[in-house]
Amino acid sequence: MSYLEYTVKHVPAGPRKILYMNWPLALLLAAVAGVGFLMLYSVAGGSFSPWAEPQMKRFAAGFVLMMMIAMVPIWFWRNMASLAYLGSLALLLAVEFFGSVGMGAQRWIDLGFMRLQPSELMKVTLVLMLAAYYDWLPAYRKSRPFWVLLPVLLILIPTALVLKQPDLGTSILLMAAGGGLMFLAGVHWAYFAAVFAAGAGLVTAVLQSRATDWQLLKDYQFRRIDTFLDPSSDPLGAGYHITQSKIALGSGGWTGRGFMQGTQSRLNFLPEKHTDFIFTTLAEEFGFIGAFSLLALYALIILFCVASAVANKDRFSSLLTLGIALNFFLFFAVNMSMVMGLAPVVGVPLPLVSYGGSAMLVLMLAFGLAQSAHVHRPR
Amino acid sequence: MKRPRVDTEANHRLITRRAAILGGVQLAFVAGLGARMQFLQVDQADQFRLLAEENRINIRLIPPSRGEVFDRNGVPLARNVPSYRIVIVPEDAGDVEDVVNRLNQIVPLDPDEVERAVAEMKRSAPFLPITFADEVTWEDLSRVSVNAPALPGVTPEVGLSRVYPLGSDYAHVLGYVGPVSDYDLERIEDQDPLLRIPRFQIGKVGVEAKAEGALRGKGGAKRVEVNATGRVMRELDRREGTSGADLQLTIDSKLQSYVQARLNGESASAIVMDVQSGDLLAIASAPTFDPNLFVRGISSRDYNALTENKYRPLASKSVQGTYPPGSTFKMITAMAALEEGLIGPDDTVYCPGHLEVAERKFHCWKRAGHGWVDLQNSLKQSCDVYYYDLALKVGIEKISAMANRFGLGVRHDVPMSAVASGLTPTKDWKARVHGQDWVIGDTVNASIGQGYMLASPLQLAVMTARLASGRAVEPRLVKTVDGVEQPSGTGESLGVNENNLRKMRRAMYEVVNDRRGTAYGSRIIEDAMRMAGKTGTSQVRNITTAERARGVTRNEDLPWERRDHALFVNFAPYDNPKYAVAVVVEHGGGGSKAAAPIARDVTLQALYGEEPPLDAYPTKDRGRIKEQQRVLRGIEPVANISGKDQA
Repeated sequence: MSYLEYTVKHVPAGPRKILYMNWPLALLLAAVAGVGFLMLYSVAGGSFSPWAEPQMKRFAAGFVLMMMIAMVPIWFWRNMASLAYLGSLALLLAVEFFGSVGMGAQRWIDLGFMRLQPSELMKVTLVLMLAAYYDWLPAYRKSRPFWVLLPVLLILIPTALVLKQPDLGTSILLMAAGGGLMFLAGVHWAYFAAVFAAGAGLVTAVLQSRATDWQLLKDYQFRRIDTFLDPSSDPLGAGYHITQSKIALGSGGWTGRGFMQGTQSRLNFLPEKHTDFIFTTLAEEFGFIGAFSLLALYALIILFCVASAVANKDRFSSLLTLGIALNFFLFFAVNMSMVMGLAPVVGVPLPLVSYGGSAMLVLMLAFGLAQSAHVHRPR
Repeated sequence: MKRPRVDTEANHRLITRRAAILGGVQLAFVAGLGARMQFLQVDQADQFRLLAEENRINIRLIPPSRGEVFDRNGVPLARNVPSYRIVIVPEDAGDVEDVVNRLNQIVPLDPDEVERAVAEMKRSAPFLPITFADEVTWEDLSRVSVNAPALPGVTPEVGLSRVYPLGSDYAHVLGYVGPVSDYDLERIEDQDPLLRIPRFQIGKVGVEAKAEGALRGKGGAKRVEVNATGRVMRELDRREGTSGADLQLTIDSKLQSYVQARLNGESASAIVMDVQSGDLLAIASAPTFDPNLFVRGISSRDYNALTENKYRPLASKSVQGTYPPGSTFKMITAMAALEEGLIGPDDTVYCPGHLEVAERKFHCWKRAGHGWVDLQNSLKQSCDVYYYDLALKVGIEKISAMANRFGLGVRHDVPMSAVASGLTPTKDWKARVHGQDWVIGDTVNASIGQGYMLASPLQLAVMTARLASGRAVEPRLVKTVDGVEQPSGTGESLGVNENNLRKMRRAMYEVVNDRRGTAYGSRIIEDAMRMAGKTGTSQVRNITTAERARGVTRNEDLPWERRDHALFVNFAPYDNPKYAVAVVVEHGGGGSKAAAPIARDVTLQALYGEEPPLDAYPTKDRGRIKEQQRVLRGIEPVANISGKDQA
């Protein structure tokens, strides 16, 4: 193995590490979380309870968690990768047998002080695992079929478990994040081209099969697709959420209707207004300027992560940071597409803004790893 | 501790390249999201803003208060009175069952009503009020208010409900209101959104229905903000509606009540009309019913009792009943002949008791015949043969045309339900409707108001008023709308020879005031108030030759529905006509016996404006009239208007 070694003496040690953290990134995260507090305060009708206050406490806890993780050397986390992956997998299996049912799907394990959603944890540990795998794998082997099949299995096993819960949204995110990491690691592009071609072919086949003898989906599944493509065809049924969400967004205009003046959210026309659809409240109350600002904050977070990854000469660190950024991107991209009527409603929260403890803590954990990579980068 | 490794330069460049590609894709996606945001929030903002407003703003109608109805002197006939009901908002009540039990101890509730309310409560949103008791008395309501702290969620509500203080006296004139039904919605082309309010009250029959447009008023509206489940968050603004217009009828309620009482016990109708202005001072029909029952929703037992009664209380006989006018029609036949110049001053006709026309015998009511009769005598004694003879000379077309000029066979525009147009037959009409040729016998029958001839009491009153005034008087029922005087019914001159009219009036005077007149028994002896009139007895059955041979069965011996109708028309005073009166007693027997006495009492009551002195009556009648007046004073209209505790 021809890895270049470097001395540890350039890496900061002790409490001084705090100064070497990626502080712009941390501040961006805090800014996004701040937007979340504001919106949760607003949808509660101008009150810190029941959402804004717990969310603030969680973010504070998450921020401390991030700093703690950042203090631990990145090579420790690399060594823990397989353990973390297997642990997450075990939790996913546990949820299969002991999980609580919520919203019609088995998703979490009640730990007493919080509800742990193993699929959320899996998003991070999968990226961690794949980054460690490609760090370990000699570069010349990474496009060999066997060595491609191995990470594909690493991705598909948790994906299948999550899909069984059933949680289509998260399983797609897992696949996308895993596939994205393989792409970043430098697996030959032909594999991806083949997968895309196969996917496109399958979609075409499914759509073409409608109303023929060899129809591949059930009729109701086709109707769901119809509703997604044209929500107005079923405004009070399945299309209700998306129609109301678009109305809220659109009625915001340039500058919005004013803080706590959004009629759609205040009068409960919006579904899940404190979780998955919180972005619509922001868009309604602060208009295009507010909504676009949040989007810009998200883009900056991605940008800082990518910059940190590219500047990091350690393969594991840069892959991990890029993977975490990709995960984060998928999070908000899917959520925003959903509320803007560009994607079906799949139940993905808006990262750091939507109310929810599990997602928040896991995200801060992930950014803690990115911070650790940043702090302990080779110099 | 393992040291971190630094990647090969080549591999690091690969990762950077891939990161740049993926980063580029992400950036493009973010740009796409931004563009979508711009499209929804900037380009289509107006459209979505509108949709958001539609979501949150509901327009609620405010029903206007219905116009009230008064008689010509301002006596209220139809009013809106506050009605109280007790509602419970389930959300505020908490344990509804417990609250209902407590409420039941304070105010006894109807178990059926409670059951219905509980069922309704399960269907509706918890913040919507549910009515648990309707038509609550003020005392009960006060008790609920005092105990309010112990009754969470219970609130008294005030509404307006329609009440007819004089009840049964105006059942046929005013009709009644009731909640809009699906049938009404289909029938009415009116697009007024008020009609969509559940249980909104509209006029169903009578003046209430015909003057609906004026009485209803215009609904107001309020805009309220509602949330997704329909709960009203706040009122944004409101525009008050305009109340319905008040109506003043031409009816004199004192007279109306008297006439209604006088007809009590008969299946009869009577009209009093001002001969100059056409004002209808009384429109009575008996038997009658209490319209207040219909407002609240009549029980099927009460309703069946009304529909199964053979005297048809629900029918407004005075305007929708049509009867062969009988001898009251003779003035028309005579007028037609006079206007044609067919009756000379000394012309007489011999009445042997019958007239043979086209090999058929037409009988006079008097079998022995009247002998030689002239115009005046023929009317006075109601000789039929005289009019058979006239009709043969004049012909049906001229008779029917004259009838139309006097308001028969013409639909008068009175805002009541099912106003009949009667029938004045012509040759064309018979050919068209029956497909048969007119025969001479038809003319003979028509001359004495039999056969096809049909008239309503209202039309007979109009005919009499026109005879008395010589003008084409039109009946008028509505005096003012919202304080604005309505056009009077004083019409143009009829354009008939005044001398001929004078002859008819004189003859009618003789009918009542000459010892041999058919209505002599019902004369008025007060000189200033003498009346002129005409009796009528119209057959509702054919008298066969066989029956005639063995002697016509007397009315008293026939079943009620086969007896003759009794009619009487008159105007008074003779010198200076003020009122025309028409009375029809269904199957009452002879006009002189059954109808004329009623007409006289009604006429006197109208002329005096109160109970007439006994001096106006012939001496020998006074004892009987005194007793009758005492009985009539005791007859009150039926009006159940003050809540269920009296029901």
